[in-house]
Amino acid sequence: MIASRVNHVIRGSLAAVGLFSFLKRQKDRRASDGASEITSDAATAAQTSVEIRADTADTQLVEASVEPPPEHGIDAGVEVGLEAGLGKTRSRFRDNLLNFLLGDKPIDEDLLEELESQLIMADVGVVATRKIMSSLGASVARSEVGDSAALGKALRRELLALLKPVEVPLEIPDQSGPFVILVVGVNGSGKTTTIGKLARQMTEGGLSVMLAAGDTFRAAAVEQLETWGARNKVPVVAQGSGADSASVIFDAMQSAKARGIDVLIADTAGRLHTQANLMDELAKVKRVLSKLDPTAPHETLIVLDGGTGQNALAQAQQFHDAIGLTGMAVTKLDGTAKGGVVFAIAESLGLPIRFIGVGEGVFDLQVFEAEPFIDALVDVGAPVDVA
Amino acid sequence: MFDTLSDRLGQTIKKLRGQGRLTEDNIKDTLREVRMALLEADVALPVVKQLIDAVREKALGQEVIGSLSPGQALIKVVNDELVNVMGENAVPLNLATQPPAVILMAGLQGAGKTTTVGKLAKYLKEREKKKVMVVSCDVYRPAAIKQLQTVATGVEATFFESQVDQQPVAIAEAALAAAKKQFVDVLLVDTAGRLAIDTEMMAEIKQLHSALTPIETLFVVDSMTGQDAANTAAAFGEALPLTGVVLTKTDGDARGGAALSVRVITGKPIKFIGSGEKSDALETFYPDRIASRILGMGDVVSLVEEVTAKVDHDKAEKFAKKMQKGRAFDLNDLKEQLEQMASMGGMAAMMDKLPGMANIPEAAKAQVNDKQFVHMIALVNSMTPQERRFPAILKGSRKKRIAAGAGLQVQDVNKLLKQHQQMSRMMKKMKGGGMKKMMRGLQGKMPPGMGGPGGMPGM
Ligand SMILES: Nc1nc2c(ncn2[C@@H]2O[C@H](COP(=O)(O)OP(=O)(O)OP(=O)(O)O)[C@@H](O)[C@H]2O)c(=O)[nH]1
Ligand SMILES: Nc1nc2c(ncn2[C@@H]2O[C@H](COP(=O)(O)OP(=O)(O)OP(=O)(O)O)[C@@H](O)[C@H]2O)c(=O)[nH]1
Ligand SMILES: [Mg+2]
Ligand SMILES: [Mg+2]
Repeated sequence: MIASRVNHVIRGSLAAVGLFSFLKRQKDRRASDGASEITSDAATAAQTSVEIRADTADTQLVEASVEPPPEHGIDAGVEVGLEAGLGKTRSRFRDNLLNFLLGDKPIDEDLLEELESQLIMADVGVVATRKIMSSLGASVARSEVGDSAALGKALRRELLALLKPVEVPLEIPDQSGPFVILVVGVNGSGKTTTIGKLARQMTEGGLSVMLAAGDTFRAAAVEQLETWGARNKVPVVAQGSGADSASVIFDAMQSAKARGIDVLIADTAGRLHTQANLMDELAKVKRVLSKLDPTAPHETLIVLDGGTGQNALAQAQQFHDAIGLTGMAVTKLDGTAKGGVVFAIAESLGLPIRFIGVGEGVFDLQVFEAEPFIDALVDVGAPVDVA
Repeated sequence: MFDTLSDRLGQTIKKLRGQGRLTEDNIKDTLREVRMALLEADVALPVVKQLIDAVREKALGQEVIGSLSPGQALIKVVNDELVNVMGENAVPLNLATQPPAVILMAGLQGAGKTTTVGKLAKYLKEREKKKVMVVSCDVYRPAAIKQLQTVATGVEATFFESQVDQQPVAIAEAALAAAKKQFVDVLLVDTAGRLAIDTEMMAEIKQLHSALTPIETLFVVDSMTGQDAANTAAAFGEALPLTGVVLTKTDGDARGGAALSVRVITGKPIKFIGSGEKSDALETFYPDRIASRILGMGDVVSLVEEVTAKVDHDKAEKFAKKMQKGRAFDLNDLKEQLEQMASMGGMAAMMDKLPGMANIPEAAKAQVNDKQFVHMIALVNSMTPQERRFPAILKGSRKKRIAAGAGLQVQDVNKLLKQHQQMSRMMKKMKGGGMKKMMRGLQGKMPPGMGGPGGMPGM
């Protein structure tokens, strides 16, 4: 908790170009005695009532057989994975907004309408789109913007002004107890997968990580997280299916503290924000955590499916009301979905966007950056043909 | 989840009230509002455009009936078009094939495929008394096979084992062979979630399709999906001969515009909706109900009802006045009512709403269908003004002439006269306080806030 210490900024895209190495150096001491740590893990595991499944033996088992042929062939190493991920974003950037606007077409109603359509089709939403368009329109009226290229720049400025403030990467301070990340969201948004990727980023950054299998409801949710734990060679704390989520996470926290773990990431069951009892359950998880550390959870991360439409706003708002969010990750941006609803969320909640998910592989997580996100937003491909 | 769309549209359309005749400009404004409402509900832009175009086209050609304002007539066009788009009847699963009937699931990551397989297995076992086997061809997602196994155990369906080191097509073929051998009725095949732009994975599911030749290929889509529903539905629809759609997570508060998008873009019926995580949270999808759920429980249908009720009310008042003056209910009055009904669409829906009609015996009502409407109107049209006013003068030769004039039979004329008699008898009964009472009854049928004292003064 000493302020002068270097903060560990988790920057996925930087790992590709080797900038992670300085983080590694910070943590080299821990990384180098990893072997003995695992041994002591086993001892700790035996002492606690909690089952710790991804210890030495399990890890080996996983390497031998459990790990499925992963991530559709994007498994040729860190560089390739990340490059591919970034490539996805960049090529979208090249093909889209710029091409569309770079010509010096005169600005007419058609052009503005087309732009508006693009924002709508990116899920920016009617209200946010109207706002953006009207301030663009004002610029045009003041003749600050003369042609389509200038309009493109103006739009970019508008969008950037909305998203830049929420481009706040997650930083892990060097603190005494474990840094706890509680991961929440609606069903199927990508929580467990994001945790798997996050664990890898953290361990690559030299941090020791533990996962808590707080989804005790969905079929094979525990096994899913355990597979990710094994992939990353990090311990997973779990109880049986049907156990109390808060108690699993509590146990994990105790265990993480005892073992001097840097980061504890807790998975939770997907739940719709409209389900009051399930939202209460999350509040209980938070309460229980704060008993062991009044400052925990240090990050309450909502995972949003990038394909979600305007309902995302209600999701963010209601999760925030129930448990107080501190960050957001937007997944599945490797497809055709654009995730434009984050503009509305940024405006109403100012919630930092920490990461974006760009695939199912362990490296397909990037630190959110407003500019490439915006450049990938507006697509000028032919609209879908409606039969 | 659909209530919000209703609300939004309801508010939009409420704004129409109290305006005079809508000019083309006014229609444009209104349509823009409707457009915004649909977009906010996540209906995909191309679909919204199509819908608005259809509404505009129909609205502009339309005669405004009775006391409706053009704006109110527009409401009805919007309503009708939505119903039209969603389809009219529930489309059940098709299992009519040499067993095992194979059902293949397809969709994006996390849409709810595996959960839906469990729900369908339970449904088919319990409701359709089928012997069901399930298999997972998802060798990618961690613990996907285990997930399906757990789900299958929960609903006591036969689980065909697969391994992550197997090829999905090989798994599918083995499962199909086993299903045949074990005389399974239905084989449900779960697949990995995939992006429509992932050419390798799309090729894989095409291969699965040709290996299995499923009778049902269901596209599973999350009801919270935004604009991308259009791209994705189009791509899956192109890659696979889809037979239906399952709309999941409808237990939330998403406005559910994806339902419209996917329906329009794939042209395939939504067969089920998922309404929870548990295995029994599967509901048959009734498009007419959903259309009325999209518009239905909220204000829109109420408003349409208000509109029709308003027409009824105006007419009823006219009748009431007529009858208080002692004038008989003549064939002109009947024709007017018939025309009103015909112009408002379906007979059955309108029948109960119209004053007088509600009191007609069921048997008499049953004789009337929409085609008969047209016939009856044609018959009255071929009568002289005197005949219309004094039906009693209609005897053999006149009847023959009238029937011929309408291209119908004398017995059709008799039917018409009988119906008129029944109605006028009723009208007589309602003289005095009767009509008022009946209108109050009608009012009671209207949703709160719509036909209330403020809404319809003097009732
Ligand atoms: N293409 C793509 N798929 C993703 C991404 N993130 C997650 N997924 C996939 O989405 C599906 C659901 O992911 P999960 O991590 O299980 O989602 P969850 O939020 O934990 O789901 P529940 O626990 O059931 O609520 C899986 O098939 C993942 O592989 C992403 O960034 N891109
Ligand atoms: N509330 C609610 N949750 C649902 C519904 N259908 C599925 N889910 C949940 O959505 C999440 C994803 O469901 P899955 O069945 O795993 O989705 P999938 O399409 O098989 O996912 P992948 O195999 O990863 O592509 C799980 O948490 C399910 O419990 C539904 O109708 N309502
Ligand atoms: Mg999960
Ligand atoms: Mg699945």
